[in-house]
Amino acid sequence: MEGNLNLTLKIWRQKNAQTAGKFETYQVSGISEDMSFLEMIDVLNNRLIEEGDDPVAFDHDCREGICGMCSMYINGRPHGPNKGVTTCQLHMRSFSNGQTITIEPWRAEAFPVIKDLVVNRSAFDRIISAGGFISVNTGNAQDANSLPIPKDDADEAFAAAACIGCGACVAACKNASAMLFTSAKISQLALLPQGQAERSKRAEAMVAQMDEEGFGACSNTGACEAECPKGISIENIARMNREYFSSVFTSK
Amino acid sequence: MAWLSKSLNSSLGKKLLMAITGLFLVSFLIVHCGLNATIFLNDGGVTFNEGAEFMAKNPIIRTMEIVLFGGLLLHILDGLRLWMDNKKKRPVAYAVIDGAANSKWYSRSMGLLGTLLLLFLIIHLKHFWYFSRLTDNLTEEHTLYNEMQVVFQSPIVVAIYVLGCISLGYHLLHGFQSAFQSLGWNHPKYTPAIKSIGAAYAIIIAALFAAMPIAFHFNLIH
Repeated sequence: MEGNLNLTLKIWRQKNAQTAGKFETYQVSGISEDMSFLEMIDVLNNRLIEEGDDPVAFDHDCREGICGMCSMYINGRPHGPNKGVTTCQLHMRSFSNGQTITIEPWRAEAFPVIKDLVVNRSAFDRIISAGGFISVNTGNAQDANSLPIPKDDADEAFAAAACIGCGACVAACKNASAMLFTSAKISQLALLPQGQAERSKRAEAMVAQMDEEGFGACSNTGACEAECPKGISIENIARMNREYFSSVFTSK
Repeated sequence: MAWLSKSLNSSLGKKLLMAITGLFLVSFLIVHCGLNATIFLNDGGVTFNEGAEFMAKNPIIRTMEIVLFGGLLLHILDGLRLWMDNKKKRPVAYAVIDGAANSKWYSRSMGLLGTLLLLFLIIHLKHFWYFSRLTDNLTEEHTLYNEMQVVFQSPIVVAIYVLGCISLGYHLLHGFQSAFQSLGWNHPKYTPAIKSIGAAYAIIIAALFAAMPIAFHFNLIH
């Protein structure tokens, strides 16, 4: 897959959470515009390994935009310049020959760097554990028709559930706030009958955990929504505010 | 009441406080701007002075003045607290940030705009609030209207006021609709209207206020 893109890469290299990192500059040549961004990094890493250097560590798994593992902050934007795509679905045709590309990890107090471009996003898992679940009895699933759900509610819940937990919202936010993520996880359950049993406690528990993890508050800039690869709407953040305060003021 | 202070100290609670005090200040600006706009009636400030005297003597307005300072102080302190908390959340800054790609500059600069507004407000209060409330300089012969004529002779003062009004306009442009979002009021039926009304409000208030020192300075009103 030879191509004709020659690029300068400025990549954040950091040995581990304890040591300070710095940018290293690399030249890559012959990059095909049909390559994905991660394949371009693969090309660089192959060369680094052949030269006996330490390859650039980065998170990736499915490489088809659904797992939420890839997490690169490219030229000042999470997942790069295109709308509605993850880094793995970003292709090199979005860049031009001779361009300098700066690649950084998600930067947030709550997302410590593990190595190079890999950050620890387990704070998200702890927010989910705090309340992002429903209680279901074991055994056969009951008949679907016994739980009528309006189509609009189902659609809205599904749109919120499209969140893959990649953390681009945190990376894009000037306050490193996790409001979009947390609100999507609250919304997908608040909108459905299955989510009602824990509803009065859910928002309070998840928001408390979100604050404890060290995410910032919301400035309503809308940067999260604009950068979210799944197009999660900030309507969910407003719903979270409603869920939270109705719980605060009415729960016993 | 531990539950209340706990939730008002959460990330969502701080924003709720910001929204409620902000909308309160929005309502004050309507009264302030409306009353001051009577200078454009070109009646030599007669209506304006009558309004100012009513405001100065009415006990309800006097009480609201204390509430207003309270609300303003809460808005400032809560904003300061949010700013200090938020800047800790990203200890290592990005080398490259393309903010314009995903948000408006003024939505990311509310703290800066608010600080500029506070500096302007100190000057503004010194000019008129201090003059009319805390000194004996206000007389039948030298009304608040006359004082405005005197103060706005200085081109530097006019420039400061216009810059203050521009900061106010951008602060309101984001703040108005942002307050509704923080209150949880985001709905396809209302949000487009909230955004339009917010933009119109911000532009009208800022333009009207900015027109006042300019009008006095260039003797456009009599």
